[in-house]
Amino acid sequence: MSSNDMSSNDGGSANRAETPQQGNAVRSRPAIRRASDPAASANREALAGILHEERAPPEPPARTGRTRHKTLLDVLKDSVPRARRRDERQTALVPEASISGRALVIVVVIMTFLASMTAGAVELIATASASWSADVTREMTIQIRPRSGRDLDADVKTASELARGVGGIDGVRPYSKEESERLLEPWLGSALPFDQMPVPRIVVLSLDPKASLPDLASLKRRLAEAVPTATLDDHRQWSARLATMAGALVLVGLTALALVLIATGLAIAFATRGAMAGTREIINVLHLVGAEDRFIADEFQRHFLMMGLRGGLIGSGLAVLAFLAAGALSSRWNATPQGEQIEALFGTFALGPRGYLAVICIAFVVAGLTAIVTRRTVYRNLRDIT
Amino acid sequence: MRHSGCSNLVRFENVGLRYGMGPEVLRDISFHIAPRSFQFLTGPSGSGKTTLLKLVLQQLRPTRGTITLFSRNSASITQDDLANLRRRIGIIFQDFRLLDHLTTYENVALPLRVQGKSESSYRNEVVELLRWVGLGERMHVPPIVLSGGEKQRAAIARALIVRPELLLADEPTGNVDPPLARRLLRLFVELNKLGTAIVLATHDFTLMDQFDARRIVLAEGQVHVFE
Repeated sequence: MSSNDMSSNDGGSANRAETPQQGNAVRSRPAIRRASDPAASANREALAGILHEERAPPEPPARTGRTRHKTLLDVLKDSVPRARRRDERQTALVPEASISGRALVIVVVIMTFLASMTAGAVELIATASASWSADVTREMTIQIRPRSGRDLDADVKTASELARGVGGIDGVRPYSKEESERLLEPWLGSALPFDQMPVPRIVVLSLDPKASLPDLASLKRRLAEAVPTATLDDHRQWSARLATMAGALVLVGLTALALVLIATGLAIAFATRGAMAGTREIINVLHLVGAEDRFIADEFQRHFLMMGLRGGLIGSGLAVLAFLAAGALSSRWNATPQGEQIEALFGTFALGPRGYLAVICIAFVVAGLTAIVTRRTVYRNLRDIT
Repeated sequence: MRHSGCSNLVRFENVGLRYGMGPEVLRDISFHIAPRSFQFLTGPSGSGKTTLLKLVLQQLRPTRGTITLFSRNSASITQDDLANLRRRIGIIFQDFRLLDHLTTYENVALPLRVQGKSESSYRNEVVELLRWVGLGERMHVPPIVLSGGEKQRAAIARALIVRPELLLADEPTGNVDPPLARRLLRLFVELNKLGTAIVLATHDFTLMDQFDARRIVLAEGQVHVFE
């Protein structure tokens, strides 16, 4: 049986089924128009009719009972052309809603929160350390021990005058006997007879931050000659220890941050593999209709980038809220004497603009990490599949 | 539509296929598919029709022999080249393989979308084709609500949207009643007249008896061609 026989046999049904609209559609099909076979032209009408014999069910009739009034949403929808709406949002090729997807968002939220808290803590430590170091290195102290046979007040005066003559020192403040005793009160209490005790005296030297460091060796030599009981403490040893401790804390924090980010990357890689296993059929179909690996990787990357960005922003947002709450609580706590001491030692919990920027950056770092890890995982998996 | 001149679209030369260390499921397969030709690929269930189509699509690689696809030796085809070659082939699966999370419109537009074309560039063409296959009113519903015949038409539309040079149809009439099977056969015959080479895999002899065409018969792992 030839095709012409078939056409003639079923031609009635073909002509019966065709509508003018469908006929136009056939005529404007470029494949049909470009066909060089002369028989093609004769078959156009029949071709369109073949499939139309099984018609789509008609649209349900409009309700005749109660009239459905347009809602505001309907009006808004009608105001946007249908095609434009579709163009704006095509369905993602990787299904958006899945249990593994939601679990991944939660994992990313938690990981980003931890990473942001770590980054914020590192920033707090770094800021506090810099503040301590600056305070400590801006001052030096001359300590003058009492010794029998020497006039302590005269020694204090001599030491102060020697210090005033040194370049780079812009302030010399000798502590009075009462002030020196008050410094010991927190440790020894106020009930002790300080008059009968050999309480050393100190002279605090403020350094000019704009000038170069004073000649400490010369000052020490002159002090040793004029006031043998005086010692000059430039706090360098203390400052060095402090810097080492703060540096170690920052390093620990950065290591924790790196570990959290690595764990996040691994979680994303596993989630991607899981998602790919669940969408293997989709990937197969995409390959068979001519999708390149790059296209499939782009689809997965877009999917996980949005997921990572969403999770990252939520996690960082929670971290920002946590730091704001900690800052508010610490400012209330600072009103107490204990709070002041803690603040003097550890600084405040208030994160500066640089800290908040770091926390927000973590969200984008996590999103970027998600995109990179996803792409690599997808390519590796596609290689396995193909 | 692109044309490959006189050279064959597909050529198999002494192709063999085995899975792992098992026996050869296909052996010494040699045949060709010419441009604008029509052939049935037939054989009993389990004879390897789908496997043969997978070899044409390069979903499977032969363990021996040579497959030439659009004048390209399959051994030298890279993954990206393969994607480009597959864009010249339309494939209709027995189980349709429509993506349930996309609408019918998006399913049919999929081959164009994966080529990176913007939706506005192909929208009219897809809508036109959907109307042409009688799914104009169903284009915004997911395939899950379509009837079997509608799914079949959507799958056909997806295969045709790129105006393929070669159309592979794997048991396209396996899930439909005889009248629809006859209409589908007529459609493939008419498409063939318009220039598309057709390979219609079926084991339905009643269907094959309705149209006199070349038959590639698979039996016991070997192929016999009846011109």
